[in-house]
Amino acid sequence: MRRHTWLAGLSTALVSLGLSIASLSGAGAGTRAVTDSAGRMVQVPERVSRVFAAGGPAAILLYTVAPDLMVGWPRVPREEEKPFLTPSSRALPEVGMLTGRGGSANLERVIREKPDLILDFGSVRDTFISLADATQGQTGIPYLLFDGRFPATAASLRAVATALGRPERGEALARYVEARLAEVDGAIAAVPADKRPKVYLARGPDGLESGVTGSINTEIIERAGGRNVVPATEGQKGLVRVSIEQLIVAEPDIVITWDRVFFDTVAKDPLWQQVKAVRDARVFLSPTAPFGWIDRPPSVNRIIGLVWLAKLFYPDAIAGDLRDRVREFHTLFYQQTPTDSDLDGLLAWSQGKAPPRR
Amino acid sequence: MVARQSTAAPLKATPGATAPSGTSSGTIGIVARLAALLAVAMVGAATVGAYPLTPLDLAGAIWRALTGAPRVSPLDVVVMEVRLPRILAAALAGAALAAAGAAYQGLFRNPLVSPDILGVSTGAGLGAVVGIFLALPIAAIQLTAFVGGLVTVGLVYAISATVRGREPTLVLVLAGVVVGSLAGAAISLLKVVADPYDQLPAITFWLLGSLASIRKGDVLVALPLVLVGLVPLILLRWRINVLSLGDEEARALGVNAGRLRIVVVAAATLITSSVVAISGVIGWVGLVMPHIARMLVGPDFRRLLPASMLLGATYLVLVDTLARSIARVETPLGILTAMIGAPFFLWLLARGQRGWD
Repeated sequence: MRRHTWLAGLSTALVSLGLSIASLSGAGAGTRAVTDSAGRMVQVPERVSRVFAAGGPAAILLYTVAPDLMVGWPRVPREEEKPFLTPSSRALPEVGMLTGRGGSANLERVIREKPDLILDFGSVRDTFISLADATQGQTGIPYLLFDGRFPATAASLRAVATALGRPERGEALARYVEARLAEVDGAIAAVPADKRPKVYLARGPDGLESGVTGSINTEIIERAGGRNVVPATEGQKGLVRVSIEQLIVAEPDIVITWDRVFFDTVAKDPLWQQVKAVRDARVFLSPTAPFGWIDRPPSVNRIIGLVWLAKLFYPDAIAGDLRDRVREFHTLFYQQTPTDSDLDGLLAWSQGKAPPRR
Repeated sequence: MVARQSTAAPLKATPGATAPSGTSSGTIGIVARLAALLAVAMVGAATVGAYPLTPLDLAGAIWRALTGAPRVSPLDVVVMEVRLPRILAAALAGAALAAAGAAYQGLFRNPLVSPDILGVSTGAGLGAVVGIFLALPIAAIQLTAFVGGLVTVGLVYAISATVRGREPTLVLVLAGVVVGSLAGAAISLLKVVADPYDQLPAITFWLLGSLASIRKGDVLVALPLVLVGLVPLILLRWRINVLSLGDEEARALGVNAGRLRIVVVAAATLITSSVVAISGVIGWVGLVMPHIARMLVGPDFRRLLPASMLLGATYLVLVDTLARSIARVETPLGILTAMIGAPFFLWLLARGQRGWD
């Protein structure tokens, strides 16, 4: 390993030399210090014009704040997702992702994209902090990590938008997020814990994959006033498998999923009939276009899912028509007002009638 | 057949002398005791689970199912559709993997061989991953896994058949390693391009093995396939003994080693693919269980096969009971079999008990 140290040093020097030449030949403006959610103080160029999103959640955050700054998508949008995105962002290339499962972005590719900034959004854990430090040290590109959980979302939106030089945009989005969180919190505040619906979030084609209570994948359940039937465990964090027997015992009132294979088979399945929510026909399908409503990935896209779930859990507590809420959310966050037929499709999807997969 | 059976007697006598149990009545005693152990394990496992039920509830549910009396919901469904099928699937998978392991260890004359030596698990894994990647329904994913296992071993066998002039078993193993790692690379490729939010976790969980989603139908499909694979192993048990002496010796005793090898490989592949398709990849059972069986009954395949199967079934029933009860969510089976199997195997090695030759 020691033999490679000088090589690593040389390449770092060359990269930083290249970057300093790039920044010298650029606008020539200075930098300013930005502190991210991990408390890392990072020097960010005064004018940011290209941003690399480290993963799916960050890409959505970046898209909602400043779609014109994106260098690409972690993975290209599917056909069914494209109508809900701005025309210019539909054509952006696939650039892979640095974080998360199946990280596939090549560091050389990242450097070749010449981003002024790398942005990550999600859980602030030591793994991601060290990845941010390592990538920043290796490429010389400032790397910001922001907290993607519900309580931190508004603050992260403001901080990211400010770092990107769009503070007004961030303020507008953050206020909307705060208003929705406050609205849902207010609607469920008076409901005692034992009166809240028991909810199971089914993932995977057999529906027996889920997230433990407290994981970022399922935090929307508690946020919308439900109780996750999958308990927090000592050993496993995040996604886990459960057995049908555990679900029969847990007696969830409601099952939510975005997996269409599972949703299409669950109602006809005699075993799942033993699960209370299925017997009561209380299984709900989340749309996933352009992004998932309840997760997939866990980013600001969940705000509309929060309203949807709260209305499912407490039909009377949340005022207003879901259709108007969806249109409003899409117009503000995705900057693309859906056509009436696209809106119809989305609402039908949220009632279990998903479009055919193309 | 009768004449050949009698030639087997001296063959059996040699290994039998070093085995812990020499007499055949002692062996029958051991097999009977292993069968009793399996029965106890299965009954015990039936009383453990998330749904609280007493032994009386259990007996009542089985009684109602047998007599056709109206079902008590959800108790009867839990017992008859969830818990018993899962225990049967664990026993079936354990017995099948151990049988395939015992057959392969005899075939390759090597105690370090496991049922996936020829790439059947990796091939089945690739099949399942393709199924998950294409967002197929569960039954179709099981089918792609089953076909993936068969095709991979078929490919391995076809490659080894074209290579001549070398030790055939060595070529077979090397071809298995190469094709297996190729399939592994294809799995990795699909993991990279799979949807990281829904497909990737499903792929990961599949590759860790689990009986959490077992249905009665799964057992009913896998069981006849395993039985079909077991028939040649049982009929050819004596010749497999002869094969473990080496190709030359086998030929001298009138056994066509090449033809026998293809039958054993096909049988073991069918057995393994059938269970891996419903359970996912479960390691260590097929490697360790024949070892323990060999310590108990000696290397004679005629006794080794039933002993391995009973031990494998018991082991997986117990481990799966742990998998569904030690945490409030499922623990992946592949992790438990490795965490229990690996140290146990090392302990066996350290004790220095061979029981092989």
